[in-house]
Amino acid sequence: MSALKIKKGASSHSAYDLRSTFGDEIERHTLAVMVENEPGVLARVIGLFSGRGYNIESLTVAEVDHEGHRSRITIVTSGTPQVITQIKAQLGRIVSVNEVHDLTVEGPSVERELGLLKVAGKGEARVEALRLADIFRASVVDSTLESFVFEITGTPEKIDAFADLMRPLGLIEIARTGVAALARGAN
Amino acid sequence: MAHGPVADLVISPCAPEQDRGLFCINGANELKDDRMTRQMTGAKMVVQALKDQGVDTVFGYPGGAVLPIYDEIFQQNDIHHVLVRHEQAAVHAAEGYARSTGRPGVALVTSGPGATNAVTGLTDALMDSIPIVVLTGQVPTFMIGADAFQEADTVGITRPCTKHNWLVKETDKLSSTLHEAFHVATSGRPGPVLIDIPKDVQFATGTYTEKKQLKSRYQPKVKGDLDAITDLVKAMEKAKRPIFYTGGGVINSGAASSQLLREIVDATGFPITSTLMGLGAYPASGKSWIGMLGMHGLYEANMAMHDCDLMICIGARFDDRITGRVDAFSPKSKKAHIDIDASSINKVIRVDIPILGDVGHVLEDMLKIWKSRGRVTDREATAKWWKQIDEWKAVKCLTYRNSDKVIKPQYALERLEALTKGKDRYICTEVGQHQMWAAQYLSFDDPNRWMTSGGLGTMGYGFPASIGVQMAYPDALVINVAGEASWLMNMQEMGTAIQYRLPVKQFILNNERLGMVRQWQQLLHGERYSHSWSEALPDFVKLAEAFGGKGIRCADPKDLDDAIMEMLAYDGPVIFDCLVEKHENCFPMIPSGKPHNEMLLGDASTEGAIQAGGAVMV
Repeated sequence: MSALKIKKGASSHSAYDLRSTFGDEIERHTLAVMVENEPGVLARVIGLFSGRGYNIESLTVAEVDHEGHRSRITIVTSGTPQVITQIKAQLGRIVSVNEVHDLTVEGPSVERELGLLKVAGKGEARVEALRLADIFRASVVDSTLESFVFEITGTPEKIDAFADLMRPLGLIEIARTGVAALARGAN
Repeated sequence: MAHGPVADLVISPCAPEQDRGLFCINGANELKDDRMTRQMTGAKMVVQALKDQGVDTVFGYPGGAVLPIYDEIFQQNDIHHVLVRHEQAAVHAAEGYARSTGRPGVALVTSGPGATNAVTGLTDALMDSIPIVVLTGQVPTFMIGADAFQEADTVGITRPCTKHNWLVKETDKLSSTLHEAFHVATSGRPGPVLIDIPKDVQFATGTYTEKKQLKSRYQPKVKGDLDAITDLVKAMEKAKRPIFYTGGGVINSGAASSQLLREIVDATGFPITSTLMGLGAYPASGKSWIGMLGMHGLYEANMAMHDCDLMICIGARFDDRITGRVDAFSPKSKKAHIDIDASSINKVIRVDIPILGDVGHVLEDMLKIWKSRGRVTDREATAKWWKQIDEWKAVKCLTYRNSDKVIKPQYALERLEALTKGKDRYICTEVGQHQMWAAQYLSFDDPNRWMTSGGLGTMGYGFPASIGVQMAYPDALVINVAGEASWLMNMQEMGTAIQYRLPVKQFILNNERLGMVRQWQQLLHGERYSHSWSEALPDFVKLAEAFGGKGIRCADPKDLDDAIMEMLAYDGPVIFDCLVEKHENCFPMIPSGKPHNEMLLGDASTEGAIQAGGAVMV
């Protein structure tokens, strides 16, 4: 048929090489991105991830320096080492990004997330929910005769675990902030 | 066109009847005071900032949301405005201007459709790292979000296709944003920027910030790490089969970088190949030149890339048209990569010696270190390497079967090359087979002489780009090598060429096909020529005449030289309709998914394939 004798279904049937070149294992990294707090900056960061097909597992953003108009974006992402390096380099070249830190490789760090969980129930389930909340050091921030809203802070895994326990006890709604993270130590 | 130095302050930028306000009262001496502030409308700020940035030419198209700026343009003579016929062409023309001069190109378009039409040009400039500044009008601030007439979310739409963009909501911030925009477009890895200016911001009066007051936080690192550069020099000293693989980054880095490249290539005697984007950085007539590499690159260049033991990548980015099959790309080599953009390094190919920095700065240090260490190379081994390369060269991969009945596209370009060589020549191209043939058969001895859409592959790029180049160099010979299909995508620009008396030569290799699409369909899609030909092409000679230009048609190889000479002699825009062989394929070719050493050469003749059933369809 053609000069190339290409097998049916071969990737060379395309104008691009369709084989994936990344065979490495997927890693999870937490990135802290310091940005100018100007309109559209979050869209630039999110657009980078969606446009280039990177994953976002969690994203939090808030202004941390009101006078300097600087915000801190904490992103939890996953990918092969090559992809993670790309993500950092791509973030770094956004004009309104000042610094990019990979907290996963730059030494020990603390990660915290806040969750609000609404649990509705009566009788023993309600008591059990309160008891477990005590164990998890969750506090009650709203209460009616038939419901609690718990506030819990910790690693995402801790909040996952708490939510799993609350589910059979009447968990009806959950809101989570996403991860905020800082490097440990004086620097 | 005057490119003279532009004063930091223009004493009387406004027409006499307009408010001369502060700076006329204060007098020239006080104008030099940094604390001095000038009040002016946003529209006037645009013109003032362009002047202060040394802009002499703007490509644009007016509309409701930019009328105040057009009013200011009307009242001055320093900035030449070129009225294009479509906003896409304004951006490509700005690109052509930028690529040929090394200075940022400027385009001015209106809101809504004006801005959306600019998107292709912006993306093109982003992919090829071309510094351009695009100014768009926007509906007044108080109407943004109301789905107003000709409103579009311009900064939202163009966020992924600009290096950076701004929506300016206060007149006081407009001039500083304009200066910042030029800084961002031209610093680091160059690229397109866009400023969206609502109409009320153009009308309102604010304080003008002088260019010299700008202190940008955006300061990309230009100096390379000296340890890494030393590692590279050590590798060069030991290399037995080295190769320089250079790209558009060398040209973007400035004329001095091309000079440094020439110096280091000639001093080491290492062979050099280049991407499509980098042609001209090292002269094609230079002794170390082994031709363009990549999908339609030369056999010797691709074989040398595959078999080298040291690859020195300078300002190129391992594009998929270059690497072919990634896991079989140059398997035996140590790889160094010099790039100003960290995200280009290790993106596609893992390199052993990454050097982050500006090509010019790094080459300067590299040359210094190499010289200080005694100018060592393994002469014996590289001589052997050259012998191998000469054997590959002997394959003569660009050989084609000529004809005395029909013009072969390769022959047309060979004749164009022969008849224009030595002239002050700039070449633009559209995208497709003709583009690859132009890269193969024309030769470039200087940077900034070759304007082609590399990364995005934008059909319709070449004609408006040639207008941009001709505006920058009114007396030069500017030729756009085109295919008829690409050319038709921006044919309306004949009006611009005529209006501004730009003698751009449109050299159309007319095969009545979408040649590259047809080639792929023939080779890879069972000769099913799905929509790759056009049945209703215009009469290009009459078309040229209808616009007021000159049309030349040539179908016989015997007439070709005379016809080309006629084109060159005509002082005005010419459409040259060169009727060429319809089924010629572009070789050599690395089929996708194949490594560099599995190239198809021209002998994989297409003639047998054409005789098959598919020929009936075309």
